[in-house]
Order: sequence, then C-alpha cells, then structure tokens
Amino acid sequence: MITLTINGQSHDLDITEDTPLLWALRDVLGMTGTKFGCGIAQCGACTVHLDGHPVRSCMLPVGTIGTAQITTIEGIGATEAGARIQKTWLDLEVVQCGYCQSGQIMSAAALLANTPQPDDRDIDDAMAGNICRCGTYVRIREAIKKAAGVA
Amino acid sequence: MRAALSRRSLLKAGAAGGLAAGFLLGFRLPLARAAGEFEPNAFIRIAGDGGITLIMPQVEMGQGTYTSISMILAEELDADFARVAVEHAPPSDKLYGNPFFGIQVTGNSNSIRAFWDPLRKAGATARAMLVAAAAQEWKVDPATCRAAASQVFHDASGRNLAYGVLADIAGSITPPTDAPLKAVKDFTLIGKPLKRLDTPGKVNGSVVYGIDELPAGVKFAALTLSPVQGGKVVKVDDSKAKGLPGVRQVIVLDDVVAVVGDHTWAAKQGLAALDIAWDDGPNAAIGSAEVWAALRAASTQKGAVAKAEGDADKALGDGDRLDADYEMPFLAHAAMEPMNCVAHVTADGCELWIGTQVMTRVQSEVAKALGLPPEKVIVHQHLLGGGFGRRLEPDMAIISARIAQKVDSPLKVIWSREEDIRHDVYRPVYRDVMSASLKDGRINAWTHRVTGSAVIARWFPPAYSKDIDIDGVDSAADIPYGIPNLRVEFVRKEPGVVTTGFWRGVGPNNNVFAVESFIDELAHKAGKDPVAFRIAMLDKTPRLKAAVQMAAEKSGWGGALPPRAGRGIAAQVSFGSFIATVIEAEADADGEVKLRRIVSAVDTGIPVNPDTIVAQIQGGLVFGLTAALFGEITIDKGRVQQSNFHDYRMLRINEVPAIEVHLIESGERPGGIGEAGVNPCAPALANALFAATGIRLRRMPIDRDALAGRKPA
Repeated sequence: MITLTINGQSHDLDITEDTPLLWALRDVLGMTGTKFGCGIAQCGACTVHLDGHPVRSCMLPVGTIGTAQITTIEGIGATEAGARIQKTWLDLEVVQCGYCQSGQIMSAAALLANTPQPDDRDIDDAMAGNICRCGTYVRIREAIKKAAGVA
Repeated sequence: MRAALSRRSLLKAGAAGGLAAGFLLGFRLPLARAAGEFEPNAFIRIAGDGGITLIMPQVEMGQGTYTSISMILAEELDADFARVAVEHAPPSDKLYGNPFFGIQVTGNSNSIRAFWDPLRKAGATARAMLVAAAAQEWKVDPATCRAAASQVFHDASGRNLAYGVLADIAGSITPPTDAPLKAVKDFTLIGKPLKRLDTPGKVNGSVVYGIDELPAGVKFAALTLSPVQGGKVVKVDDSKAKGLPGVRQVIVLDDVVAVVGDHTWAAKQGLAALDIAWDDGPNAAIGSAEVWAALRAASTQKGAVAKAEGDADKALGDGDRLDADYEMPFLAHAAMEPMNCVAHVTADGCELWIGTQVMTRVQSEVAKALGLPPEKVIVHQHLLGGGFGRRLEPDMAIISARIAQKVDSPLKVIWSREEDIRHDVYRPVYRDVMSASLKDGRINAWTHRVTGSAVIARWFPPAYSKDIDIDGVDSAADIPYGIPNLRVEFVRKEPGVVTTGFWRGVGPNNNVFAVESFIDELAHKAGKDPVAFRIAMLDKTPRLKAAVQMAAEKSGWGGALPPRAGRGIAAQVSFGSFIATVIEAEADADGEVKLRRIVSAVDTGIPVNPDTIVAQIQGGLVFGLTAALFGEITIDKGRVQQSNFHDYRMLRINEVPAIEVHLIESGERPGGIGEAGVNPCAPALANALFAATGIRLRRMPIDRDALAGRKPA
C-alpha cells in the first residue's frame, strides 16, 4: 500500500512502487487534470509540484515520493502564486486547445512562488521544459510577467 | 474516489476566470424539444427560464471557434452573451454538415467561412420569431418592437418580455424565410475581443478531454501497431505479461496487439513484457531514399493542368530564365493529447468517448468495423487536445472499438507518444518544379508543377476530379501576382509506405513555400528589393498589396541589421485571408538559427473575434516555424524513425521571439485563420536566411550544414 498526500489530502493506493505518479493520479484516483503527453519527461504536460518544486509525474515512481506534499493543477488555485497565474492566464487569453496548460500553469506557478520577479531568462529556464503545440508561448511569457507585476 | 468525479453534467464556468457564460458538456438527441422550450433550429435552444444553449456544429480544438460561432449566433439573436451556454453537436450530417463539404467536419479553416451565413440566418430567424411572439402578446405591430440582451422591447408602451417567457409562444410562430440580417455597423458582439467560453475549465484541471473520461468500470489499454504499415502479427508470447500485477488481458488482432490493465501503467508494463513476432509485409524494404527517388522521378512527368493563362512555354524563352526545385518532408501532427478513444462494446451496440474533427465519420466507420447499424454507435464528443488535421481520421476510434470488442467493460485505449508519432497519417512529401522568365524587371512566364499525394482523393473522393487535388494546388493555381503567361500542374504520386493526410496549413504550406521562395529568387535575379518586386505585381490583389506594405513598414524593412542577420518576407492569399509576414532571423557560423522577430499583417475580412485571430496567427507561426526549423519524418525499412519529442523536436518558449500581429480593417466577408498562420513560415524564414547568409535553402527543414557551408544547399 502506498500513501500519498495530494493537495493536502491523504490517499492510500494499492499499486506497485514503480507506478509513475501520473497514472496513479489519472487512472487510480481519477484526478485527470494532470496530462499525459510523452511519458519521457520531454513535454511537461504532466508537471506537478513536490514540496513546491515542479516535477514530471510521468517518470516519478510513487515509491520515491515518501511524505512529500504533492500539489496538482486541481489544487494549485489554493496557492497565492497559482491563483494569480490562473487569473492572468485567462486575462491574457493564453489558452488554446489547453491540453498542455495544466503543466504550463504548474511550471509557471512554481516559478512565481520561487522567483517573484522573473526576467526573460528566468522564464526561459523555468518554462523551456513545457511544450505547447498550439504555440501560446508569447502569451505565456506575457502572462507570467503580468502575474509577477513586472510587465 | 472516482464516483466523486461525475463530470458529465453542466459545468458552469470556473470561478477562476469570473466568466459569466456557462459551458455544457455532452449533448442530447437533435430536436428533442422539452416542454416550454423554444428550439427554432438545430443551433439554438431557449429554455423557459431564459437559459440559451447554442449547439456547436464545428469542434473546438483550440482555435476558438466555439466562442466565434456563439458570437455570430448571439449577435443576430440579440442574446445576452454573458448568459449563453454551449453544447457539442451530436453526430448528424443533415443538421450539422459543413456547407463546404456536406459532412460534419471541422477543418480547412472554414468554420466561420462556411457557417457565416447559416448561423446569422439561424440567429436572425429565431429573433424574428421571438419578436413576433411578443408582438402577438401585446397585440402590436412587430415592426414597432426591438430585441436586445435576450429581451423584446416595445418602447412606445415601455413594455418588455424576456426570451424565456416568450419561449413557449415563439415555438408556435411560423419561422420567416427572410428575417433581416443586421448591418455590419449594428454589430454589438462581432468585432469585439470577447473572452473565450472554453478556457476557464482549462486552467484548473476541470476540463474533460476524451482521454480524461472514466466511465464506470473502465479498464485501460496500451497498444502496439504493426511497426510497418501493412504488416501482420505472426506470433505473440504473453507468458511474461500475464503474471504482472494489474494486467488483465492480452488481445491479439491481425495488425495490433493490446494489453488491458487496471490502469495504464499496468497495461504498459504488460505490453513491454510481450514478445511479438511481426510479418512486416510488402513495405518492409522501403525507406526515405526510395520515397524521394520515386517522387523526383514522378515530378519530371507532365501533370494535370490546374491553371493556364497565356503561353507559358513560349514565354519562358522570352526573357531571363530561372529554374528551381523545392521540397517538403513528411511531418507528423504530434497533437499534445495523444491519440485515444474510450470504447464500450456490448451486445446492443457501442459507445465511444472521443474528441474528433469528424463525428459522423467516426460513427459510421466504427459501425462498419463492428458490423453495427450507425445508430447503434453512440459518439460522445469532447474538446480536442489539439487536432491539426490528425483528428480528421477515424482510425483511433476504429482500432479502439476493435480492441474493446474483446473486453467486457468500457476500455480506454491510449496511444503512447511513440505509437502516436509512428502511426500518424503524415503530411505528404512534396516536390515543386518551378520555372520563370523575367522581362523588364517583371515576371513574364511562370510554370509550377506540384508533385505529391492527393490527400483529398483518399479523404473525400467526390472532391477529386480531373487528376487534380484542389488542396494540392491551393495558393498555387490562384497565385496572387499578375503574371501574363502561367501554367500550374499537379502530378499525383502516393508514397505508399505510409498514409498521408491533412496537416495544419494543408496544401498552401507547400505552395506558399515554393511560390514565395521562387518569387524571392526572381526578385534577387532581377536586382529588385523583394518587397518592391512583389508590390509591383499585386495590382490585381489590392488586399494583399496592403498587407505587404504594412508588414514591410511595421517590420522596419530595409533597416540595418547585424552581420549574418536578415529579413525575409512571404505574402499569401490562403483560406480567404490576405497575409504578409516578415521574419527576422540570424544564422551563426555553425549554421544554428536564431529567430529575432516576426511581424504579420493580416486582412481576414470582418474580424469576428479579433483576439482569436491574433492568437491563431501567433500559434500558427510557431507551428510552422517548428516544422521549418526541425520537422522531418524519415522512413527506414518501412518504419518511421522518429518516436517522441527528443527526436521529433518542437519549438520551445526560449526559441520563440516577439511576434507582432497587425490586423487590417476590413468589411469583407470573414476569411479563415486557423491554418493560415502556418503558411508563411518556411518561405519567410528561408528568404531571411538567404538575406543573412547568401545561401538559398530549397528544402525543408532548414539544413544547418548548408548554412554553415559544410555542404552545398
């Protein structure tokens, strides 16, 4: 039995330790906001936070998580940075198909929480692991700056 | 846990956005009218409580069409836009067929172009019926009433009635056939950058794509398709898979093997533990070299003539002649939501949960595969996690249903990214053979032979005639420049080893590349500035001329740049839009390319939602530049060699420069915009790199070795 703390709530799961967190969230817990994109940590669609740091859940075995606090897109709005990112995402109409945006928002929320005044270089470093096939990058950059109050 | 996630019902807009409009998932049978409801046509439903539901004949894959369609309907209906809800249309070619194709399909940047008139008429007719209902109640002349914000007003007597109150009576009014449409100057919604209806649920994880569905009792499948198209399974050893935790079933069909598990990870583990022997079939020896050799050979043949003016052959001998060939590679779509479908096959029929650009085709093809009548196949539509033409195909639904037929529960089948990339329908390889002559600084003769797949012949045979793929010559046969002697030909050559399909930007991607690269080469040969050279030949296309002028002005065309940096322009008329794009790029000594700035000037007619137009051009440019910089699918021994984002690269945020999109005011009918932003990328970039380095790249993607001088271009 694996015990995970997700968005402040404890869950017991009857899965093997090598199961990536992504599939535990999506298929076992029914929390489908976190997306599958590539399975090899190349696209960032599956990004969640572990103790506030962005990680790719598609390659994160649940057995390695221990007592770390997991935050997903379903819970990020409860954080100050996450709520601000969600709001500016809508204010600037960043989203198109939306499939990658859970991951984009998780990466952006972590950036904002850890680097409150990010410059372009910080944004590149934090966001380059997240692919958007619709090409919303220009607005993602603007929205992060707006959320940070640097634009 | 899963039971707590019943998400099939009304999903009101998320609190995060403070968006007023509602978003309704699911659908119901067409025209199943409830008591007290007014349902004047297939697109509008008004409930007794005043709630207005708009039914979307086109699918939302990020292009913003749900919002634009709603704006058009609400405009003519005089609906309170803050209170409309939208609903996916059910499968019905009769009610929701695309007027351009006659079937229910979303593609070719024509949602607004095709539905502009029918949607306006639907809204205006409903409004007229509601006005007539109010006038009947008040016993006044309908001409003395007006509608606004979901109410009818009789100003003379100071009375008003809400649409909801009028719904029941309006249902008994005979629909007028000539309800007046608004004048453009009277639009109150169209032309405003209104907030999208589909986005609030996309920022908080609540949106449900097809891949997110979890019907009760669902199991999960991972699959592997024959690595070579046309191959078959010979033998499967499943002894190591069957004992793994969570693995439930191994399913072997002739061309696909799947493992069913309690969750996707178990299924993937089971699949990895199988030992599968394949017979690769007739394509096993074919590689990219054979595909290109066959295409190049075919391109030397005369083609079917799509357009001829003057005497091109004779005029080629009259003036300064230039010949050039351009080539485009295979491309995969790589939508972020990998191919998937949830299917439940029972003794009575089949239920599917999917996001698709072709609702009725999914229904009919799955019915055919399972031996069912179409009405026994229920298709639940979803928002699409990217389409780009990939979801114009029903293959993922057919394969999933065939697998699910062997399972006693609903089954979610997800393609791994590797399966998704390796079993796509690929953007065709194309070769363009161009010749022209210059006389007095202008083009006197022009011949353009397009050689490639006729995707339309496979996908929609009725539109293929006289050996000409109308998409294959789109933006080539209708070249916007004034050229007195002209011939455009099409040669059909199917690669065989893989199936080809539509890919965002479609035929014009190839043709705008060939035309705008060749125009650029001719400008340089004539010793003219590429912008001035184009403008001099655009008298017959003034909207494009204005776009070229604006793009040149806004981009600082002609201004100084650092060494190894250059600007390139591409002009296009595609999907009814007139667009000019300037890309500023640099190439270092090692051939690495850096994008510096992009400026697009866009005349797409009446802008329904200007912010959506800007977003689509921004995104289309990134999509097109991804292909121009990195995109190529290659084949070896019948197998697609790329597999995931490490070897099929996507442009990332750190590689994307500032993008400026300037809209040109226009009162013309709306043009298409979703595809159009992709078209200028290859030529504008190649032209910029020529300006930067003097090296002309005639094949996509760009060749860094050629730019570095390590090999000839």
